[in-house]
Amino acid sequence: MDADKLVSMANQIADFFRVQGAGAEAAVADHIAKNWDPRMRAAIRAHAAAGGEGLESVAKAAIERLAG
Amino acid sequence: MTLVSEIDYGTPASRAEKPVTLTIDGRSVTVAEGTSIMRAAMEIGTEIPKLCATDTLDAFGACRLCLVEIEGRPGTPSSCTTPVAPGMVVHTQTERLKRLRRGVMELTISDHPLDCLTCAANGNCELQTQAGKVGLRDVRYGKGKDAPIETHLDLTKDESNPYFTFDSSKCIVCSRCVRACAEVQGTFALTISGRGFDSRVSPGMGESFLGSECVSCGACVQACPTATLSEKSLIEIGQPERSVVTTCAYCGVGCTFKAEMRGEEVVRMVPWKDGAANRGHSCVKGRFAWGWANHRERITRPMIRAKITDPWREVSWKEAIDHAASEFRRIQAKAGRRSIGGITSSRCTNEETFLVQKLIRAGFGNNNVDTCARVCHSPTGYGLKVAYGTSAGTQNFDSVEKTDVVIVIGANPTDGHPVFASRLKKRLRQGAKLIVIDPRRIDLVRSAHIEAAHHLALRPGTNVAVLTALAHVIVTEGLVDEAFVRERCDWEDFQHWAGFAADPRHAPEEVEKISGVPAAEIRGAARLYATGGAGAIYYGLGVTEHSQGTTAVMAIANLAMATGNIGREGVGVNPLRGQNNVQGSCDMGSFPHEFSGYRHVSDDATRSLFEELWGVTLDAEPGLRIPNMFDAALEGSFLGMYVQGEDILQSDPNTKHVAAALAAMECVVVQDLFLNETANYAHVFLPGATFLEKDGTFTNAERRIQRVRRVTTPKAGKADWEATQDLARALGLDWAYAHPSEIMDEIARSTPSFAGVSYERLERESLQWPVNAAHPDGSPIMHVDGFVRGKGKFMLTEYVATTEKVGPRFPLLLTTGRVLSQYNVGAQTRRTANVVWHAEDVLEIHPQDAEDRGVRDGDLVRVASRAGEMSLRATITDRVAPGVVYTTFHHPATQANVVTTENSDWATNCPEYKVTAVQVSPSNGPSDWQIDYDRQAREARRVDAAE
Repeated sequence: MDADKLVSMANQIADFFRVQGAGAEAAVADHIAKNWDPRMRAAIRAHAAAGGEGLESVAKAAIERLAG
Repeated sequence: MTLVSEIDYGTPASRAEKPVTLTIDGRSVTVAEGTSIMRAAMEIGTEIPKLCATDTLDAFGACRLCLVEIEGRPGTPSSCTTPVAPGMVVHTQTERLKRLRRGVMELTISDHPLDCLTCAANGNCELQTQAGKVGLRDVRYGKGKDAPIETHLDLTKDESNPYFTFDSSKCIVCSRCVRACAEVQGTFALTISGRGFDSRVSPGMGESFLGSECVSCGACVQACPTATLSEKSLIEIGQPERSVVTTCAYCGVGCTFKAEMRGEEVVRMVPWKDGAANRGHSCVKGRFAWGWANHRERITRPMIRAKITDPWREVSWKEAIDHAASEFRRIQAKAGRRSIGGITSSRCTNEETFLVQKLIRAGFGNNNVDTCARVCHSPTGYGLKVAYGTSAGTQNFDSVEKTDVVIVIGANPTDGHPVFASRLKKRLRQGAKLIVIDPRRIDLVRSAHIEAAHHLALRPGTNVAVLTALAHVIVTEGLVDEAFVRERCDWEDFQHWAGFAADPRHAPEEVEKISGVPAAEIRGAARLYATGGAGAIYYGLGVTEHSQGTTAVMAIANLAMATGNIGREGVGVNPLRGQNNVQGSCDMGSFPHEFSGYRHVSDDATRSLFEELWGVTLDAEPGLRIPNMFDAALEGSFLGMYVQGEDILQSDPNTKHVAAALAAMECVVVQDLFLNETANYAHVFLPGATFLEKDGTFTNAERRIQRVRRVTTPKAGKADWEATQDLARALGLDWAYAHPSEIMDEIARSTPSFAGVSYERLERESLQWPVNAAHPDGSPIMHVDGFVRGKGKFMLTEYVATTEKVGPRFPLLLTTGRVLSQYNVGAQTRRTANVVWHAEDVLEIHPQDAEDRGVRDGDLVRVASRAGEMSLRATITDRVAPGVVYTTFHHPATQANVVTTENSDWATNCPEYKVTAVQVSPSNGPSDWQIDYDRQAREARRVDAAE
């Protein structure tokens, strides 16, 4: 999957939940877990593991929470 | 089966509750106060002769045929305009009345041609019927010596409209057509010109019907008591001999029609007065534009081919189905269980949609199912579920009759949902206030007898900023309905939200800098909505098709909660759904993360229920959304799909990307009526059935489940659900549905909100879900006693500017939409006479922007974005603001989605169709893509001659 596109999507999700207050990382992780197909999750996890270029902090932390 | 006859009570029902008892022809009758004598008489089966009265229109009292005598009152008042009174004693048939009526009828007939045997209305002419009822036997009068040389009897027919004729010679000037155009449709295109013998029905200022403001809704044709206004199909075929009540297959309003038939030929579609969504009204699409069902381009035999560069080869149903199943299994063996998927159709029935998602989940073994709501109202589903607990609108359409203030945001109801728009306009004419939030000056902003109190002409992409600014005013000016919020909503969430909304960065004066909307307009609109009485919000794709589509839906939900505008008539949050069954397709489990009834696939209890019901193990992981499918196809992990009744190549954004993805797949199965654009990339084509060719149900935007009834034999031999069942069986599933009612029984067994739905009930009435033990008769209004989720949830709606920004290369913002005469990708409406109103997509551009670029009205222009280029003709208009251009996507030759981008909503991936940065320049021909695509499409549609 196109990592740039997934990064952009994850950052957009983070943009929404960041302003909601506490628990943003968990909310982003939950949103991705409930809405992204396993290959998309695997791709973004791999991208985060490789340094996560482009991922902003809440998004990156959320992706690191995602189960394998 | 016979014609469905509807009783005409002559005048509308009274809404009063106080009963009044009177005596008519010696019989006692009790009716509501305000009822006319004519209607009261009809209630006991006494049909007083009439010509100018009909119960869809207010009483007029012009024809003088419905006279009655009332004891104690002088004269012979018209029964249509005289309300009942307690103790009133009425006589409808006396010697004096008979004499008067005969005289009136004699005068009327003296000015009417007597060609009844060859008249199109023969057998169904109210004038003829009433002449019979009054006992007219002789006409003593001819053309008077003072009459003009040329009377209406000498005028030629106006045949300009493609669907109906206007024969002035048969007109009795009852004004029913004029009143229908005004009262029912709200267009005011007709008038009576002249006086005396010169009195004539006139479209506009003596124009032809086609050249006038007439929108061809058909209300005038339906109201006409003679053959003056007649459907051309009726003139050609003759009077129908049977009728079947069914549901329109166009927009999400869900109008009910009588399909009037002779044999298997549709004579005409007539709106059904008892239709709960349309109340007897229609628009040009549902009423007249059904010719596509018999269009010569219908594909009626299955076809296959090895490569998309090969010509099609017609095969048997069995060979096509077996080939598709074998290809899907081959791909899965090679690339894994999740390497294929499918798309359900929002144009197909609930039952068909349910089966396609079942096929994918149970047969393919994954959740790679999606539907066209992905590209329209998926943010509605997500946003309203978070805020209220239900992925649907809160009201029925009748609710608009009780509203005091209406916000229309990102919707153009007069074009997209015209029958609802007529009902809305009627309420506005009664005094309700209107706020329009839209970059364009849509017709509702100012039209006959309607003017919006506020038009917030915001820059595309700034909905969330403006909606949050409205909230700012409501919070900071003390306009919150605190009692409602404390009782119904999560108070802590509210306080958090109120603090957020009150921040000065959300003040109208700050938002004006972003949105271009004057702060005073925002403040005025907020005050009006919060304090003007029952406030309702209606919205469309101008809200959802943005990178913050879901946030905007939540912002709307916040406004309704903060002002207490939820849970009763006249208020609410109302998404105007695009396609006929888009609500239903979502309800039926078409999203890749949800089973029917919006239950997540990871929910063990729900999955267990379906596993037990279907006898298979189900995937607990969410599947791919449509745009994800395209990305996965280009990556090589998604290689096959079953597309029922959608044209994703034309409708989805960034056409080049979609085309590349489809071309990368190994097996694309398209089931459709026509060789649509997606079929150019398909390997298997399964011919589809029209809504006239199958049984089922559609669910409209007000959650109303209505029957679709088969009136003709499927041209390809199968209804769509039967083809899906064949494919399932070829994949090894043991399905054996004999009728769609059995599918609905399964839906009811497995989906709590449909628990009380059955065909047996739907035969008698339409039902609005939820229909279950808690709501046995359905739910016209939702969240009456509390929100479905418990406490209403306020979410913070921070404005985040889209990444799609204007700049030197692309200085204009393109936004897209629809026109009245066309529907979605135009597959149906382009194959009807509706093309006379919209033969091609055009680009609306402001005079200043056109001047700056040397563009004249009608010039061919090139529209370029970072995604692609297209050429189309320009229309110069100040309907759009400077800096904004607008077009539609109805025609594949335009390829409007070549320029739209893959930007999408954060929560749902709904594409950002409404904001694309573009440049416009003069052009001398189609773009390279348009030329290449046209050539490819021609080659892809080749069909080998049958052996």
